[in-house]
Amino acid sequence: MLSFAIFTRINITIFVKINTKYREFIGDSMKKSKFTAKLLLIGFITGLINGLFGSGGGTVLVPCLVFLMDVEDHKAHATAIAIILPLSILSSIIYYSYNVVDIALTENVAIGSVLGGIVGSMLLNKLPVNILRKFFGVIMIIAAVRMVI
Amino acid sequence: MLVALIGFFSGIIGGMGIGGGTVLIPSLVFFLGTKQHTAQSINLISFIPTASVAILIHLRNKNIEKKLVIKLILLGVIGAVIGSFIAVSLNAQLLKKFFAGFLLLMGLYEISSKKNLQKKRG
Repeated sequence: MLSFAIFTRINITIFVKINTKYREFIGDSMKKSKFTAKLLLIGFITGLINGLFGSGGGTVLVPCLVFLMDVEDHKAHATAIAIILPLSILSSIIYYSYNVVDIALTENVAIGSVLGGIVGSMLLNKLPVNILRKFFGVIMIIAAVRMVI
Repeated sequence: MLVALIGFFSGIIGGMGIGGGTVLIPSLVFFLGTKQHTAQSINLISFIPTASVAILIHLRNKNIEKKLVIKLILLGVIGAVIGSFIAVSLNAQLLKKFFAGFLLLMGLYEISSKKNLQKKRG
């Protein structure tokens, strides 16, 4: 009788242990798939906005990464560039096929912007988060005002 | 010269991931009278070499979260194609106003938010 009680006890403990492990596993994978779903949705909206307005992908992506996915600000800005690059390549091809491009003007802009890009990406790490957010916020507000004027 | 200078300044802002296009597109339209669609294409195309060098520098500074990149690009690509086709084929005035509203709200939120401000850089 006693041995049976001990046996059942052990059995229950093992069962409980397995059950919690299993629940943790399910919980983790659910959290993970929710995380992935969020990322996929954010990516889709970023691509849509970036293609539609020819810019602005970052203004969607960076706040989403910082405030929804808890990515550190500097990393969010840098990661956004890596995501918008392939999206811009695709959008460029479509804009190009519709004959709205001006190659000569683009070349001149590109020369300046590559140099600026080097300066900007080296500067990013030097800016404290609060300044970075203020700067980013002001640029977004200016863009918003300009869009409705 | 003016063009390269405009490019330079938008490149700085673009390289920081703040949005070079938000400076570049209006500058081209305002100073040079470039058409809106063309200005958008210039921003998209010139972003390709600019982003490439910026990414190299950000990678070296370990600022890119590599495990997020692939998942964000996956559907982003589809969005980019749809968005671009809409842009070249119709006049998106209403959408533009919506997006302006979004930008304004997010801009104010960026300035005022204290969330995760103290977060250590990992």
